[in-house]
Amino acid sequence: MPPIRSRLAHIATVLAALALAVHALSAASSSVPGSPDDATIVHVLNRLGFGPRPGDVERVRRMGLASWMDQQLRPERIADGAVDARVAGLATLRMTSQQIAQEYLKPLLEQRQQRGRDAASGEPDMDSRRKRPAEIGPVLQRRQELLQELVAQKVLRAVYSERQLQEVLTDFWFNHFNVFANKGFTRIYLTAYERDAIRPHVLGRFRDLLDATAKSPAMLLYLDNARSADPKFAEKAKSDLDRLQRAGRRRGGARQQGRETTPEMMEQVRQNIPTGINENYARELLELHTLGVDGGYTQQDIVNVARALTGWTIGRPRSAEAGQFWFNPRMHDTGDKVVLGQKITGGGIEDGERVLDLLARHPSTARFIATKLARRFVADEPPAALVDRAAATFRQTDGDLREVVRAIVTAPEFFASDTRRAKVKTPFEFVVSALRATEADVQNTLWLARTLQQLGMPLYLCQPPTGYKDTADAWVNSGALISRMNFAVELANGKASARAVAMALGSPEFQRR
Amino acid sequence: MKSRRIFLRDGGLALVSLGFAPSFLARTAAASAARQKLLIAIFQRGAVDGLNMVVPCGERAYYKSRPSIAVPRPGRADAALDLDGFFAFHPRLAPLKPIYDRGELAVIHACGSPDHTRSHFDAQDYMESGTPGVKSTDDGWLNRTLEARRVDKASPFRAVALAPTLPRSLQGTASALAIGQIAQFGVRDGRGGMGVGTSFEEQYAAAADRVLQAPGREAFDAIKLMKQVDPSQYRPAAGADYPRSAFGQALRQVAQLARSGVGLEIAFAETGNWDHHVNEGGTQGLLAARLDDFARGMGALVTDLGEQMRDTVILTMSEFGRTLAENGSRGTDHGHGNAMMAIGAGVKGGRVYGAWPGLERDQLFEGRDLQVTTDFRDVFAEVVTSHLGVGDPSGIFPGYAIRAENRRGFMGRS
Repeated sequence: MPPIRSRLAHIATVLAALALAVHALSAASSSVPGSPDDATIVHVLNRLGFGPRPGDVERVRRMGLASWMDQQLRPERIADGAVDARVAGLATLRMTSQQIAQEYLKPLLEQRQQRGRDAASGEPDMDSRRKRPAEIGPVLQRRQELLQELVAQKVLRAVYSERQLQEVLTDFWFNHFNVFANKGFTRIYLTAYERDAIRPHVLGRFRDLLDATAKSPAMLLYLDNARSADPKFAEKAKSDLDRLQRAGRRRGGARQQGRETTPEMMEQVRQNIPTGINENYARELLELHTLGVDGGYTQQDIVNVARALTGWTIGRPRSAEAGQFWFNPRMHDTGDKVVLGQKITGGGIEDGERVLDLLARHPSTARFIATKLARRFVADEPPAALVDRAAATFRQTDGDLREVVRAIVTAPEFFASDTRRAKVKTPFEFVVSALRATEADVQNTLWLARTLQQLGMPLYLCQPPTGYKDTADAWVNSGALISRMNFAVELANGKASARAVAMALGSPEFQRR
Repeated sequence: MKSRRIFLRDGGLALVSLGFAPSFLARTAAASAARQKLLIAIFQRGAVDGLNMVVPCGERAYYKSRPSIAVPRPGRADAALDLDGFFAFHPRLAPLKPIYDRGELAVIHACGSPDHTRSHFDAQDYMESGTPGVKSTDDGWLNRTLEARRVDKASPFRAVALAPTLPRSLQGTASALAIGQIAQFGVRDGRGGMGVGTSFEEQYAAAADRVLQAPGREAFDAIKLMKQVDPSQYRPAAGADYPRSAFGQALRQVAQLARSGVGLEIAFAETGNWDHHVNEGGTQGLLAARLDDFARGMGALVTDLGEQMRDTVILTMSEFGRTLAENGSRGTDHGHGNAMMAIGAGVKGGRVYGAWPGLERDQLFEGRDLQVTTDFRDVFAEVVTSHLGVGDPSGIFPGYAIRAENRRGFMGRS
């Protein structure tokens, strides 16, 4: 680790470079500068990654800016041993959802069953920590651990990974396809969601990413598609249940797998039967994941998308698909549907696949995704011409996200002088960039999780499906600034020249990227 | 006790004498001539059992459906407290009874969401976003209310949640603060006395960054103002006695901010642990204990605010009600309609508002729950228009038409 003096000198350089940036850049007509100055390299490190560490500017210059950027677009070619070692101790990261459920959910369910709790909503009870007796404590604590490990890996990867662009994009796409850890049992599926549905596809095809999220138990639960069924299914399921109950009574004293089936339990089962179409996922799929709110769809399209996706649910316990995506043909509405003017002849799982195809190739989707990516990499109000070109790239490459990102970050608008420092860092970007700038040795991620909560951005806990905002207005307010300054002071505490470090990290300049 | 106006004068003078006069203070002082209105929103998270909180004693079905947890009719020992011959308060709401009796507390019963969800998560989300059924609303109704009352130089203490994080209802583009402990509000000094506060202030004051400069200045204005208020020295008025619970202490801090004249317009506090699936109890038990804390806290708040209750409305809410019938564990499950309360000297209280749908089986929602006859947005809208003076609330409740005929009138006819 370099001595503190050189790190400070580095911070000073970074900030000075940022301040100078305004007039520094010539009006490059295209792409990546061949011999970039420090400010340009810092800009790229701020946008494709979470900001420079001491020595990063020199490393990028040695490698060549264009090669470094190109390498970031091919993360699989970058060795990342340091971060692998950092997250090696986090056991849940390698577990399947099934294993996680076995270890974290089952004890909770067993305890709840014992206590005869009502689970009509399929959710953990509110405020359970305060009112539960001692024995439930460890079980809930384990549930906390699950989220803590996920938070830890997100912070550690953002700070230490050499694959900075991949981490930026994993954050971006998780937020785009946001799910909330505290809704029902979503948390059980969160680890696999980020690891298997999001991360592998962030530089791949949009259609694959869309597919992976649509079929992920986390999303199926969070936006209720798992409960969406043809209304006829509900009637049939209820009459099946009645028959079962009658049969049970005839046998006298219903026993099921060694457990007594009380009338309350039957009532619970009855209440958990999906009663019909649930439009939640369909609506957000169109509005937030693909077309955008002005993308040209109607309420009727939402209904028909929901109908096409009925039966996309999660496998039942003890089945082969337990805890995984499962198409239940009995829940599926097999009627014909018209979506965005296209007729979908009723079938099975392919109805939903057709819808995803339609959405992924729709020009509104190209524009919507291009706009959001340009907002992340360039400016809160990205230049229209740049969005046009990025949307065209999306259409021409059939949604190749690597090429869309490349189009944006090699564009002249990306390197334009007024793009420099145009973005206010989100709390996550602020915290991670501060840890990088000070070359912090992160041991206590709980503290960082708490900090992010105070800054208004608790990780994996953004409630609405919109995800966190990526514009300055959401993050600039007096309360948040005070919290940022306090973080700067805390991070600097005990370091040599602590005061100068705190002042640098808490400064207005450092709040921008 | 120092009245707010005197504080403003004294406090303002003190600040000027220190060479510091926050820009918003002038506005606050000016606004105080027009008497600044305050809304205090209280969220009972976990779905309070409204039928045991404001008991429909006149319903046979209530007693039939709740053999072990019903609250006895008024007149017996430790029984419900009669409100109007039909409804009665749970006995642990005794601290609120005098407020009802002097006509400053209104109950709105059979109130709730048009959405049928019985998920805490979704229902709270909808109640706070103010858009039932629409999940993608990214801001909350209280924040949109702030936007609707947009002012030039807003006080940094315009909207404060006494909570570790900003609740959904206050999230959005208007500035709002979440403060766990107001006594700890400020930039902490580092180990060994870094003395960074003043330097940060100078840094932000000198910043050319227009987006960050103003909130930076506001932040330091707020810190100084809070030092002036000196929260550690707070003494509640008129012997108001807050419970020592987190909720009681949050309300104490609401009163502190309200009485110190820092420009508070909207305050938010929450109380949890209302999800009584098991052993809910009637007059005694889990719910009774929660109601005790709730009512003592609210009672103390009303006492503490005193004269200021003329310009204050306290509004309580909870995501949905609970089943009419008790379940097999002497508790209740997730239901539908619920009761809300509005408290304030300007409230036409002493009445239970709302069309009562009845509790006979054919009168219940899905055969089991109290029906919703008042959309919670109509209650919110009545407070926002009549109390906070918002002329057109349509932007606060997108997709919902606020109609005069849905107005319950607990804020008086406007």
